[in-house]
Amino acid sequence: MTTSAQTKPQQMQPKPGEPAVATPDVADALSRPARSLWRDAWSRLLHNKAAVAGAIVILFFMFVAIFAPVLAPHNPLELNSGKGFLPPMWVERSSTGKAGVPEFILGTDNLGRDVLSRVIYGARVSMVVGFIPTIIIVFIGVSMGLVAGYWGGATDNLLMRLTDIVYAFPDLLFFIIVMTALRATALGQFLNGLFLLFVALALVNWVGVARLVRGQVLTLKERDFVLASRAVGASHFRIMVRHILPNSLSVIIVAMAFLIPGAIITEAILGYLGLGLRPSTDPTDIFSPVGGRCCSKARPPSTTSRGFCWRRLSRWRWSSSRSISSATACATRLIRACANKAAN
Amino acid sequence: MTRYIFRRLLQAIPTLIGVSILSFILVNAAPGDPVTMRTFGDTRMTEEARQILRRQLGLDQHPIVQYFVWMTGLSVQRGDQVAMMTRPGKPCGYVGGIDVTVCDSGGGILRGDLGISLDTKQPVWDRIVERMAATLELGIVSLALSLLIGVPLGVLSAVKHGSIFDNLVRFFAVVFRAVPIFWMGLLLIFVFSVMLGWLPTGGRQTVSLTQEFDLGDRLRHLILPASVLAFGGIAGFSRIMRTETLEVLHTDYIRTAQAKGLSPGNVWFVHAFRNALIPLMTVMGPAVVGVLGGAVVVETIFAWPGMGRLTVNAAFQQDYPVVLGAGMFFAVLTIVGYMLSDIFYAAVDPRVRFD
Repeated sequence: MTTSAQTKPQQMQPKPGEPAVATPDVADALSRPARSLWRDAWSRLLHNKAAVAGAIVILFFMFVAIFAPVLAPHNPLELNSGKGFLPPMWVERSSTGKAGVPEFILGTDNLGRDVLSRVIYGARVSMVVGFIPTIIIVFIGVSMGLVAGYWGGATDNLLMRLTDIVYAFPDLLFFIIVMTALRATALGQFLNGLFLLFVALALVNWVGVARLVRGQVLTLKERDFVLASRAVGASHFRIMVRHILPNSLSVIIVAMAFLIPGAIITEAILGYLGLGLRPSTDPTDIFSPVGGRCCSKARPPSTTSRGFCWRRLSRWRWSSSRSISSATACATRLIRACANKAAN
Repeated sequence: MTRYIFRRLLQAIPTLIGVSILSFILVNAAPGDPVTMRTFGDTRMTEEARQILRRQLGLDQHPIVQYFVWMTGLSVQRGDQVAMMTRPGKPCGYVGGIDVTVCDSGGGILRGDLGISLDTKQPVWDRIVERMAATLELGIVSLALSLLIGVPLGVLSAVKHGSIFDNLVRFFAVVFRAVPIFWMGLLLIFVFSVMLGWLPTGGRQTVSLTQEFDLGDRLRHLILPASVLAFGGIAGFSRIMRTETLEVLHTDYIRTAQAKGLSPGNVWFVHAFRNALIPLMTVMGPAVVGVLGGAVVVETIFAWPGMGRLTVNAAFQQDYPVVLGAGMFFAVLTIVGYMLSDIFYAAVDPRVRFD
């Protein structure tokens, strides 16, 4: 027993019934480096088959998203004239009377763009839309919920009335109103409309997280460990961030698990309604802020960089009478610039 | 209880004011205005004509004034214009202190008037009522479907937990939650309407000259949209019922019921089921709201002439009064839905008491 403990101290287990600590030597041999909370959680995660399977799927999609240029057989924006509406390669004869070709594994869309490549590049959008807004939502929701729950009183009341207002809209209706209203503004043009999508998702979803966290904080702040840390003189901020927040992490993580797929599906639905990202049309420049770039390329040679266009874009909002004329001016330039670029 | 309801109704007032302000800001944040949008590219329109149109619609005023007019139906003009503005049924008065003429045109949200649609010149209220019947039909049928299918599935999978049936139910619940509603809709249209030709692709009834009411035809049109809308509900309800039933099945009184020799059916459906139903009440409010939201998409896919489609189209065409009116209408429905769900919760569970 003692010999084995000396040779393999890490695997040493005390037998039930025996005193666990006999001599200082054995006590040293028995103890192993303490495992942190996160390590513990990690090892439990690895033992959960469903979790591992899910993680593999997510990692696969991340891999596809990151290496899209390597994996995609074609450029997703390249038009193949005369090859539109091709069925997948294994279809002998589709309803359009065309046969699938091995060149386009999943066939082509109405403009002759390769569907598989478009799906692969689409993973990028889905991944970005799934994760980034969720981080923003959790940040806003957690801080609001913490403050509301911890301070209570008027702050709580005000923040909760704010959440009531957002709750009073059916989610999708709210997204649709936000997207239609702000789509043509500078905000909606930024990063192909991706930024507006983040804003809309955050605006609607922080409410749920804030309420959840607030509920947790309300019960946690009455607990003895909070009282104890207050007694030793911890600041309010420290109590909130170091004591209450870690204890409500489980709720936040569960909420995140619902937010990420929710955001991805919402983006898909908005895209279907024609309110998602603006389609990029430039084959040399996939998934990039087309509005900004093309516009800044179309500037008169004398003005410098993007500033010209941004100023113009932001002015649309305020002068409604001139908005459409300047909008069309900018749009025609944009199209001309894109056409020139494509021609070159 | 009465006090609780009264307090909730009082709380709803600031919420609704907030909703009105928020939706007004959003709608006004859109660049351009309805007049420019409707007359764009029309060579006969001069800038003066557009200005006149804007003045008629009140779009030339400051947004805050517009909001005030929309809420109260009182229009405000600078200077003393009582003589010019007063018409039969539209009394005006001059407020000397701030030099404005206030006219009462007899509308405003506060008096239950949602204004007039820019596109059809109908009162917004009429358009909403006209469309609401279709949305209610779709919503009620799909909610009934999801309850009638989701609840028994959940109970059965809890009773037989760990079985193949249970795993299948859970698997499909995850799949239905993961699939975007529009994709499901398109897939079903493809299978049942295009390939098999059994059901119509969209609309509420077959278009004919007489537009007679034909129940069979209506039902055939209803099947696809209602089931697409119900999938999410089925998944949600079956999950909740499964968890709740499992929890109830492990309580002492169920063990007592089993110990005294009641038949399993009696135990599950009389003792367990009724108690597992209670938490369902709390999700009914959100479920109703979810159906309303989902209807926005389903109505677009299936060309269903309901509220959702009305709102989406109005938002695209900048028909401000309709968007705002529908937004307020949805907000009221949502608030009432949540409130009813809370009240029912207290009604079925005597342990729940509101102060």
